[in-house]
Amino acid sequence: MLKVFTCILTRDLTLALRRRTDVLTTLFFFVIVVSLFPLGVGSEREMLRELGPGVVWVAALLASMLALERLFAADFDDGTLEQMLLTGQPLSLLVLAKVIAHWLLTGLPLVIVAPLVAMQYHLDPAAVWIMMASLLVGTPILSLLGAIGAALTLGLRGGGILLSLLILPLYIPVLVYGSGAVSVSMIEIADTVPYFYLLGAFLLMALLFAPLASAAALRISTE
Amino acid sequence: MSAPAPNPLLDVDALTCRRGDRRLFSGLSFGVQAESLLHVRGRNGSGKTTLLRTLCGLLRPDEGEIRWRGENIRALAEDYNRNLLYFGHLNGIKADLTGLENLRVAATLDQDPLHDDDMLDALERIGLAGFEDLPTRMLSQGQKKRVALARLILSKAPLWILDEPFTALDTDAVDLLQTLIAEHVAGGGAVVLTTHQEVALTRGEIQRLTLGAADSDVGAPVDVF
Repeated sequence: MLKVFTCILTRDLTLALRRRTDVLTTLFFFVIVVSLFPLGVGSEREMLRELGPGVVWVAALLASMLALERLFAADFDDGTLEQMLLTGQPLSLLVLAKVIAHWLLTGLPLVIVAPLVAMQYHLDPAAVWIMMASLLVGTPILSLLGAIGAALTLGLRGGGILLSLLILPLYIPVLVYGSGAVSVSMIEIADTVPYFYLLGAFLLMALLFAPLASAAALRISTE
Repeated sequence: MSAPAPNPLLDVDALTCRRGDRRLFSGLSFGVQAESLLHVRGRNGSGKTTLLRTLCGLLRPDEGEIRWRGENIRALAEDYNRNLLYFGHLNGIKADLTGLENLRVAATLDQDPLHDDDMLDALERIGLAGFEDLPTRMLSQGQKKRVALARLILSKAPLWILDEPFTALDTDAVDLLQTLIAEHVAGGGAVVLTTHQEVALTRGEIQRLTLGAADSDVGAPVDVF
């Protein structure tokens, strides 16, 4: 089982390395959206500090949304998804491997560049650390929930728009607690603990249920 | 396996499938024995692919039941998939991976503990020696199909379901595929395939099923053309 899991994981990572543009678009989208706000709203230090956490989180949400459509679409188009549905392996395991590969390629880079883009918002070092930590816990939730939507809208025309309508509402709790943790950390760093507990709970729930739900959705949308 | 088993490997009972409002076939019943080949024929749009996808479990039949060694394939789920090799209209290979890598992924998914040498041998037999390290997107349409067909050489699954496997292949590859199918059937396997070509076997029996003409006329080798 582990062998199958690592096989799919390395397959997806290899594919992404051979076609880097997909990964880079997400990252650049994130960087550009975050950088547009200071240009648009002006450079007042206090205002930017207040806006920063929310803007970075919304940008992360949209960036991960952007990458989601491709999660299953490429495999669907060339028939490899069909083959995955017909292996003697639990489909949810394969889905989990794909989602983790997807997160490593689109979520983790956001966590890593977050301190760079956060500099534009004059966040203090502590807040930047909290931002990275909240993104580290939060972005996997985005990938996991997004996989359900991507599986449901697979093969539909205009699926991209429908996907955002389906999934963005589900992202709201992650957005609230993720950006909330960063805002609170600017006042009292110890108060961020409950936010992380909640995000952690979401992550565990998503890890348990999202692969099962996505697998079921994949079977429906490939019929 | 020496003599064909008394019970069919695959047993289809009163199968009905609709696509949208159109009824493709209804009350279709047949059995596929070990050491036999079921040749599904019919006009374009008569439901051949739908039937094959239903047999794989990719589509849910509207009515009826498909049993593998006496058990419903829905209940068997992954246990059924382990006995099955499906070859569809899409090759199911990744364009950015090399032929060898594609086979490696396929083998791992099928949990066949294969060595790279086995896969290189398979690629050589299918006529792709020297191409194993090229990303498959650099290959021609027929060569891509050959990469996908190399899975047939490696697979140990008793049931092959092949949807138009002969298209885009040159005569050499067609001959090779004929041989592979004949070997598989002779070795106790079962094959269900759609093709507009004649298939010959060295051993085992051929059943013909024509869709679309009447609702079902299984077993009767009636030529509709």
